[in-house]
Amino acid sequence: MGLEQGREKWEALYEKHLQKHPERFEKFVLDSNIEVEPVYDPTNSPVDYESDLGWPGCFPFTRGIQPNMYRGRFWTMRQYAGYGTAEETNQRFKYLLEHGQTGLSVAFDLPTQMGYDSDHELALGEVGKVGVAIDTVEDMHRLFDGIDLSKVSTSMTINAPAAVLLAMYIVVADEKGIDRSVLSGTIQNDILKEYVARGTYVFPPKPSLRLIADTIEFCAKEMPKWNPISISGYHIREAGSTATEEVAFTFANAKAYVKEVVARSLSVDSFAGQLSFFFNAHNNLFEEIAKFRAARRLWAKIMKDEFGATSDRAMMLRFHTQTAGSTLTAQQPLNNVVRVTLQALAAVLGGTQSLHTNSYDEALSLPTEEAVKVALRTQQILAYESGVADVVDPLGGSYYIEHLTNRLESDIKDEIDRIDKMGGAVAAIESGYMQRRIAESAYRFYQGVAKGEKLIVGVNIFTEHEEQKFRVLKVDPKIRLEQIENIKNVKARRDSEKVTQSLNELKVAAQDKNENLMPHIIECVRARCTLGEIMDTLRGVFGEYRPPVVF
Amino acid sequence: MSLKVIVAKPGLDGHDRQAKIIARTLKDHGYDVVYTGIRQTPSQIAQTALQESADVVILNCLSGAHMELFPETARRVRELGLAPLIIGTGVIPDDDAEELVKMGIDIVFGPGTSPLRVIEAIKTWEQSRI
Repeated sequence: MGLEQGREKWEALYEKHLQKHPERFEKFVLDSNIEVEPVYDPTNSPVDYESDLGWPGCFPFTRGIQPNMYRGRFWTMRQYAGYGTAEETNQRFKYLLEHGQTGLSVAFDLPTQMGYDSDHELALGEVGKVGVAIDTVEDMHRLFDGIDLSKVSTSMTINAPAAVLLAMYIVVADEKGIDRSVLSGTIQNDILKEYVARGTYVFPPKPSLRLIADTIEFCAKEMPKWNPISISGYHIREAGSTATEEVAFTFANAKAYVKEVVARSLSVDSFAGQLSFFFNAHNNLFEEIAKFRAARRLWAKIMKDEFGATSDRAMMLRFHTQTAGSTLTAQQPLNNVVRVTLQALAAVLGGTQSLHTNSYDEALSLPTEEAVKVALRTQQILAYESGVADVVDPLGGSYYIEHLTNRLESDIKDEIDRIDKMGGAVAAIESGYMQRRIAESAYRFYQGVAKGEKLIVGVNIFTEHEEQKFRVLKVDPKIRLEQIENIKNVKARRDSEKVTQSLNELKVAAQDKNENLMPHIIECVRARCTLGEIMDTLRGVFGEYRPPVVF
Repeated sequence: MSLKVIVAKPGLDGHDRQAKIIARTLKDHGYDVVYTGIRQTPSQIAQTALQESADVVILNCLSGAHMELFPETARRVRELGLAPLIIGTGVIPDDDAEELVKMGIDIVFGPGTSPLRVIEAIKTWEQSRI
């Protein structure tokens, strides 16, 4: 019997079965609005092995970017951490490293992310809350005290002031006698997604893109092991987008950055290998795995066909993954351990380069030490016990996975084309298009939950009345006063002439579009200028962005 | 006439998915809703409440700065002679919720609260007002 005939026979059987045994839903639809069929087979998941999948480590990298993936080295286990003062966060870093974490990831508080010093009036209530407070390079020294910067890789979630925090990291290394060329790590530095989803923008798009291109160019020349940008879909998804929108908006943003740097006459091959990405891992296991595979394949094609990249490195999609914070429930919080496990599994089966697993108590507060440890152990169990890391792309060739990979790639590509027609990512953001799309998707998902079409254990099914009391972590409000004291001490000891001079030079350089600002920012940092002083100088030249309000 | 509701994001927190969903749900239930956008100071929110003659002010904060920002916003609003229902929402631990009520926030909803519960609370308040 041929395949087609077999399929027809099954269809008849299926229809007959449905009459007696109706299905749980009339339609089974993924978050990315893809309706899934009851079964996939070679007739509905066509794949050409060489051109669609290729071999691991080879174009188009669908199966992964290394020839043996995790058989050599596991993904980097990198837990995002930071709260309170530099000393407290330094303790948490050391705790994580002692328990087998393999890379650092710094969370900064909101004043730092907005480029305000802790003594600014807008910093009221926010100092040390969602991350560590950093005002001067002295804080940065305390943050990395006793940690060998030549050995560890450090990721920093910082965007509008990314150039300043990178400069601080460089100056700390420099003052410890470590050459910047050996430093390895990442700054997020992805401003476009801040306008659409995360909110910590400061300057308008144009000067922001220039600053980003400055850091990319600087790193291409001086810091070969540093990722000067982590182009992020994570926050777009957290804000409520679908999986398709997550990748499409991220790549649209990425194309805007690449164009900005190419315009400086740098070849794509000279810098594209240092671009890194950051995605979300949500609850639907197969949709997420297929998303990662589709993203890898599509990015390779974009770099090769649209930008003319020739080196493999420039076509490889290297990405960090974090499990989905928005799926964590405040109800029955221990259930979150299971959600995180499934999401982490999707990331590993999808071939991530590094991973953050959320703590089960994060819907309630900053994670406690105990919850952070369980999250890290979840990764270690996946790595050491489950066997999923022993074979490259173990789901490659699954009819369903290949079908979804194809479908997601084509949907993502259509969405990117739509944005290109609008004039690219910046135009799509300034018109509020991306923001509107995300808000629509978020509201559609919420309504699905409210109507009981989307089921969430503990929220709209298997609910319990007794809400358990959990220990929550609170940050001492005195931290603001301590930070203000630290700033005073630095200001009292520094050479005020050098401060004025370096800030003046930065101002002049900012007015000249052809000047790379990184060396000037480094000099300001070295002179003990505060983050706020440096950012205020740039605000004076660049102005501040006022967004359209969309809901 | 439908009630005028301000949904506001005090402080530097840029995560406004929840705030937008609350705003949108209220709008779909017939309320006249104004969303302030992110990064508002307490005095900016009070000014908006004044200009819009707000009946209800819903504050949303996920960054943990609620203990400072909510009471300060309530103070500024009332300083202008306004008496709207003030509701606090976001990642607010139980102990803090009790404190906030003592500090002048009328109702506080912690993490995981459905926007429908916010609507119920507004309705209850409206009935008690008549």
